[in-house]
Amino acid sequence: SSWWSHVEMGPPDPILGVTEAYKRDTNSKKMNLGVGAYRDDNGKPYVLNCVRKAEAMIASKKMDKEYLPIGGLADFTRASAELALGENSEAFKSGRYVTVQGISGTGSLRIGANFLQRFFKASRDVYLPKPSWGNHTPIFRDAGMQLQAYRYYDPKTCSLDFSGAMDDISKIPEKSIILLHACAHNPTGVDPRQEQWKEMAALVKKRNLLVYFDMAYQGFASGDINRDAWAVRHFIEQGINIVLAQSFAKNMGLYGERVGAFTVICSDADEAKRVESQLKILIRPMYSNPPMNGARIASMILNTPDLRKEWLVEVKGMADRIISMRSQLVSNLKKEGSSHNWQHITDQIGMFCFTGLKPEQVERLIKEFSIYMTKDGRISVAGVTSGNVGYLAHAIHQVTK
Amino acid sequence: AYRTDEGQPWVLPVVKKVEQMIANDNSLNHEYLPILGLPEFRANASRIALGDDSPAIKDKRVGSVQSLGGTGALRIGAEFLRRWYNGNNNTATPVYVSAPSWENHNSVFMDAGFKDIRTYHYWDAAKRGLDLQGLLNDMEKAPEFSIFILHACAHNPTGTDPTPEQWKQIAAVMKRRSLFPFFDSAYQGFASGSLEKDAWAVRYFVSEGFELFCAQSFSKNFGLYNERVGNLTVVGKDADNVQRVLSQMEKIVRTTWSNPPSQGARIVATTLSSPQLFDEWKSNVKTMADRVLLMRSELRSRLEALGTPGTWNHITEQIGMFSFTGLNPKQVEYMVKEKHIYLMASGRINMCGLTTKNLDYVAKSIHEAVTKIQ
Repeated sequence: SSWWSHVEMGPPDPILGVTEAYKRDTNSKKMNLGVGAYRDDNGKPYVLNCVRKAEAMIASKKMDKEYLPIGGLADFTRASAELALGENSEAFKSGRYVTVQGISGTGSLRIGANFLQRFFKASRDVYLPKPSWGNHTPIFRDAGMQLQAYRYYDPKTCSLDFSGAMDDISKIPEKSIILLHACAHNPTGVDPRQEQWKEMAALVKKRNLLVYFDMAYQGFASGDINRDAWAVRHFIEQGINIVLAQSFAKNMGLYGERVGAFTVICSDADEAKRVESQLKILIRPMYSNPPMNGARIASMILNTPDLRKEWLVEVKGMADRIISMRSQLVSNLKKEGSSHNWQHITDQIGMFCFTGLKPEQVERLIKEFSIYMTKDGRISVAGVTSGNVGYLAHAIHQVTK
Repeated sequence: AYRTDEGQPWVLPVVKKVEQMIANDNSLNHEYLPILGLPEFRANASRIALGDDSPAIKDKRVGSVQSLGGTGALRIGAEFLRRWYNGNNNTATPVYVSAPSWENHNSVFMDAGFKDIRTYHYWDAAKRGLDLQGLLNDMEKAPEFSIFILHACAHNPTGTDPTPEQWKQIAAVMKRRSLFPFFDSAYQGFASGSLEKDAWAVRYFVSEGFELFCAQSFSKNFGLYNERVGNLTVVGKDADNVQRVLSQMEKIVRTTWSNPPSQGARIVATTLSSPQLFDEWKSNVKTMADRVLLMRSELRSRLEALGTPGTWNHITEQIGMFSFTGLNPKQVEYMVKEKHIYLMASGRINMCGLTTKNLDYVAKSIHEAVTKIQ
């Protein structure tokens, strides 16, 4: 007999299931709109030129492979903080922050969640927007926190339920934790406007909530790194000492290298040092110290002026392609003769789009047209190309007319 | 970390070669790996631990989870055990760590949620060797189903390993008392220079029918420290059990790091799956192991030639990167303050720090410390 006889089979991952089914499909017109990674206009993965250049520069330096410090590569963490906060940020210049390298967005979120579990004694409750990225809930749960929700997406309008959000947030008990997507909300693509962010900041400040920002798409959303970090910077300027998880998976295309960072804005540099020491105590029994390769690439890019310039152009290129596919999808739907309002497709931002399609319609798209997406009607715009946007529009029209 | 005879870090020649191959391969990109890691890495890594002819591999009852170094593998294993071993979410299952052990073992299991972490007798300071009787007694007295963290080879920090005969005795007690073996294998190949020899204990336990975990690190034997290359090898009773275990490990990985880093795993997978590169790697590993063995024998012979009080055979009988010299804290303080030789208060030295240039100085300093300070 086995120790593991009672271990249940884990439920299959819903998103992976989409890709599995797509792979099995033999239809030449098939489309994978479940993919959470950027694709170029030929539907291929895209390795940024600035990444290739950085890799060549790194190779020529013939560095050793000695362990990184527990908190990661200092050149990387500093550049990562500066990218998020802005070089003119008082918090950055005064040093009243600590940034540790994390295992991409997930690892950074998890370090933060564990840190809050251990040191934020005021509350166990983390408030997520409805809906949020599927992995947020299990991450916080495994860290020992409890999950709550605030209204966010309005399925009737396929946009932000601002009054619902403000209403719910106003009722969140003081000193709870609220998680906000800095830009390119996943999975809806619905972001607050700057005026709305201002009101939200004032409200969370009034409610004395601990703000946890998840920024996985800086630069990738609008094409402008400063614009995409606006909310994060505004909150800090309002005197809200946020915590922040960053990912460089999408904006630098470094998915498998696991490049991320977790930042805590503190009262002063001394507090930052103490927080850092505790973060290291959390990290050491998890994986000791983080992987070098991706952080080295990201650091090279951020800290080498020419490469940084090139990166900004390339990330804008990716964002522009996504934006262009959104607008082509809408214009193609009009051409097909669809009478529905598809404005939300171009109003939404980032990799993902909540189409508003119902489960039955999604099922038809999969079965009749070999167009694969998750049941909630979410599509990855990254999977749309100028070659297949017409087919997609045609199919969506067929199932919605 | 390993150091050359010039006291420098060493990137293995085979690693340099493979990195160049990877850099030149335009078909490669930076896409996500699967949650459990690079398939070619996982299969090869477990094959290295268990042997090409492993019956467990033939029976398809081996699973692998690519992890962030040995630490990451330990943590995923610990998290799984806390959720699924000896009941559901049984945080009371005792976890036994050797006295002494790598200090992070305690923290890993504690942060994974275990509430009862104990030590088992291991190092006999008086005779400077393994306290086998103490160890076996602890196992006899341990509650059924307790988890024991065993160092597969090159025990850290003592450098003292059980002999094959002693491992057999340990296995017999563990089987009788239904204790769970969790191997930590951070030095395979690096310890003796032979992959097979350094994996003997793990393979013996597998042949005795145990279900076990083995956390593997490729930090030292591939010199890939900062790329965080590790693997958790799971040996179960049958394929079905292992499949269910892996599906639950996926869930644990997903909330810890989602999927592991690709660079280091690619280097290892490429090396292990090419007969030529594999041979080259084994020879690089032997270079490192041989240098350490040479330093051990040179240090011992100098101490004996100086007539340093005490016996020094433990220097060559111990194995791996570390040696418990037997120096007491006062003698260590003398070494640090007067001779500027840095070692742990426990008397542990890193053999990699020895070079042909400093052997004489280190030997003389130990001699002074032992003769001047009691």
